[in-house]
Amino acid sequence: MLEWIRGLGRSGFGFFQTLGRSNLFLLKILVGIPAVLARPRLLVAQLFSVGVLSLPIIVVSGVFVGMVLALQGYNTLVDFGAEESLGVVVALSIVRELGPVVTGLLFAGRAGSALTAEIGLMKATEQLAGMEMMAVDPIHRVIAPRFLAGFISMPLLAAIFSAVGIYGGYFVGVGLLGVDEGAYWSQMQSKVDLYDDVYNGVIKSVVFGFVVTWIAVFEGYDTVPTSEGVSRSTTRTVVFSAFAVLGLDFVLTALMFGD
Amino acid sequence: MKQTKTTELLIGMLIAAGFAALFVLAMKVSNLSSFSAADSYGITARFDNIGGLKVRSPVVAGGVLVGRISSIDYDNQRFEAVVVMKIDQAYDQFPDDTVASIYTSGLLGEQYVALDPGGSYELLADGSEIEFTTSALVLEKLVGKFLLNSAEGDSP
Repeated sequence: MLEWIRGLGRSGFGFFQTLGRSNLFLLKILVGIPAVLARPRLLVAQLFSVGVLSLPIIVVSGVFVGMVLALQGYNTLVDFGAEESLGVVVALSIVRELGPVVTGLLFAGRAGSALTAEIGLMKATEQLAGMEMMAVDPIHRVIAPRFLAGFISMPLLAAIFSAVGIYGGYFVGVGLLGVDEGAYWSQMQSKVDLYDDVYNGVIKSVVFGFVVTWIAVFEGYDTVPTSEGVSRSTTRTVVFSAFAVLGLDFVLTALMFGD
Repeated sequence: MKQTKTTELLIGMLIAAGFAALFVLAMKVSNLSSFSAADSYGITARFDNIGGLKVRSPVVAGGVLVGRISSIDYDNQRFEAVVVMKIDQAYDQFPDDTVASIYTSGLLGEQYVALDPGGSYELLADGSEIEFTTSALVLEKLVGKFLLNSAEGDSP
C-alpha cells in the first residue's frame, strides 16, 4: 500500500518535472527565435519538410472530408426539404471545427512525428552534444527553426484544408446531388461570419500549431537516447498532440462560441 | 543551388496557397463580401414584438437585400423593441412613410425585416425613425386566436 502511494507520488513528481522542463524548453526556443531570423536558410529548409511535404495529405483529406460532409448533410437535410442549407452545414463545420482539428491531428502525425524522430535520433547519435562541443547552441540551430516552421505552416495548412474542403462539398453537393449552386454559396455567405467563424478557426489553428510543434520538438529533445526511447517519444508525440488538440479544441470552442 | 531554388519556389507556393485559402474563406465563404457596414446609414424602427429577429438579420426591400439589423434594444418607457438597421448607402431613396414589417422566410426559416416604400416625398435619412411598423407574427398567438374563433363558432 505504502509502496503504491510512493509510486503515485513518484509519477506525479515526474509529471511535474516534465512539465517544468517543457516550459523552460519553450522559453529557450522563444529566446532562440531571433537567432533563426538572422539565418533564414535554416527556416526555409524546415518550412519545406514540415509545410510543403504535408500539403498533399492535407489537400486530399480536405477534399474527402468536405465531400463526406456534403453527402451526409444532404441525406439528413433532404428529409426536411432544407438541402439548400447544405453550404452552411459544410462551411460552418469545416471552418469552425474540422479544419483546425483534423489539420492538427494530421499535422501531428505527418510532421510532428517526423520532427520528434529526427531530433531524437540526433540526440541518440550525439549530434546535439557534438554541436554543443563546437559552441553551437542546438536550440538555436536545430530546435528553433523547426518550431518556427511548424508554427508558421500549421495555420496555412488549416486554411488550405478549409478552403479545399468547402470546394469538395461543393463538388458533391452541387455537382453530384443537384443542390442549387446559388443557394449553396449565398446561404453560406449569409450565415458564416468573418469574425465569429473564420477568424476563430484561424486562431484555433494557430494555437494547435503552437502546441503540436512544441510537443514534437520537446519530446524529441527530451527523449531517452536509445532506439526504444526514440520510438516511444515518437508515439508520445502523436498521442499527446491528439489529446492536446482535442482538449484545447473543447476549451477554445467553449470560450469562442460559448455565449 | 538548383535544389534550394525549387525548395524556395515550393515554399512560396505553400505560403501563397495558404493566404489564397484565407482570402477565399474571407471573401467567398463568409459574409464580408455581401454587405460591409462602412458605407451605410442607420434607421430606427419600433416594434411591439420582434419575434425571432436577431442582430445581423437581413433587411430586404422587394426581396432584395439592402441592409442588416445592427442592434436590438428594449425601450423600458414605451415597452417596445427598438431595432436599428444599417441600410446600404446605395439605397438612400426610401420615403419616410416606408412600412417596416417582420416576416419569416419559409415556414421555419429565419426572420427578416421587409421595407415597403410609401409615397412620401420626404426621404429617410441617417438616424431617422420609421413610423409605421408591423410586428412579427407569433405562431402561438395565431393558433390561440384560431382555436378561440373555432370554439366560438361551435357554441351556438
